[in-house]
Amino acid sequence: MSAIHAADPMVPNVMRVVRTRRELADVWTLEIDPGPNGFAFAPGQFNMLYAFGIGEVAISVSGDPAESDRLIHTVRAVGNVSTALAHMKPGDTLGVRGPFGHGWPVEAATDADVVVVAGGLGLAPLRPTIYRLIAERSRYGRIALLSGSRSPTEILFRGELERWSARLDIDVEATVDHATGDWRGQVGVVTTLIERAAFDPANTVAFVCGPEIMMRLSAVELERGGVAAERVYLSMERNMKCAIGHCGHCQFAGDFVCRDGPVATHARLGPLLALREI
Amino acid sequence: MIEGLDRYIREHPFFTGLSEEYVQLIVGCARNVVFKAGTYLYRHGDPADEFFVLRHGRVALEMTAPGRAPVTFQTLVEGEIVGVSWLLPPHRWSYDARAVDLVRAIAMDAKCLREKCDSDHNLGYDMMMRFVPVLVSRLQATRMQVMDVYGTPA
Repeated sequence: MSAIHAADPMVPNVMRVVRTRRELADVWTLEIDPGPNGFAFAPGQFNMLYAFGIGEVAISVSGDPAESDRLIHTVRAVGNVSTALAHMKPGDTLGVRGPFGHGWPVEAATDADVVVVAGGLGLAPLRPTIYRLIAERSRYGRIALLSGSRSPTEILFRGELERWSARLDIDVEATVDHATGDWRGQVGVVTTLIERAAFDPANTVAFVCGPEIMMRLSAVELERGGVAAERVYLSMERNMKCAIGHCGHCQFAGDFVCRDGPVATHARLGPLLALREI
Repeated sequence: MIEGLDRYIREHPFFTGLSEEYVQLIVGCARNVVFKAGTYLYRHGDPADEFFVLRHGRVALEMTAPGRAPVTFQTLVEGEIVGVSWLLPPHRWSYDARAVDLVRAIAMDAKCLREKCDSDHNLGYDMMMRFVPVLVSRLQATRMQVMDVYGTPA
């Protein structure tokens, strides 16, 4: 974990946006200069990004963990804070607290097959894991990256998906929920890709991120295919505020998602995901 | 040809565990078919006289509405089953099935198979137990699509 916030995790570090890139109609990626000390993080961790005068929001890091000289976040403009962040220009400053939380346990997949299931913007928190898996390719068995999107015009990181797909050592499958006739790829929900994917269920680790119902159904499909619930990891999203387990805004049953998550196994989360009350 | 179909059906996951007697019954209703890219396996409203087991290629299931481009709601690939409307009256297709690329498939004569299922309810039950999971899986997928889970929260 970075020493940036070691003094006080509630005090943001002021950083400057270096570049921005529009990914989709409402999604931008910010490249941020973390300063001379760089920014170290584990895949799946998040930061609290502060749009000054507007507010703070939890956003997962979406960049390469091997590149500590720049901090990458991918933001969908949904509310006031995320819209302000998404519309930042090079030279703008923002506050950064983090990194926080438990990320994807990539090391748990050593010598195992890996299935990465991403739904919509869920590919962003998973991208650091994919970079790590590729960088350490020989440590893992088969790798399947299964990506689901709403439509062909809403495929996040489409260029990278195409580049990864061109590799001969990763199986990349992308599907969309709806399409018109000019789309030649697959159509159907992302869970349909799981039963088509090649992996040894007895020796597979799965990383799943996306809307909660998509994660729940993906986990069920993985387990139906023989993957143990203890080896299926999901990344939870709740209303993070303090990010250090003090304020209670992100309470999820007995856990605080910011401190105890956001990544946890389906064995732990599964019984809770169907509860409306939480 | 029939011998090849015989082996394919016996080894296909969809027909796993089917008795040799029923394999032979089903082979009697089966034939190999080929569709060029862009052609249709069937169109909405046509009699559902066949269903297909895909051996090669990809099939897009589409719905059309007046004044709108056809919308693909699912694609099916090698090994999967195309068509379930043959099971129940009125035995008509409720969507189009288009070959995205060259498609090779086994076409099952639905009328032939329905008659065999009617005369042998054990076979009928066996077929139902194989097709119901396909229907449930597609219903579940449709629920996810209807929920529009990747849409921007309201």
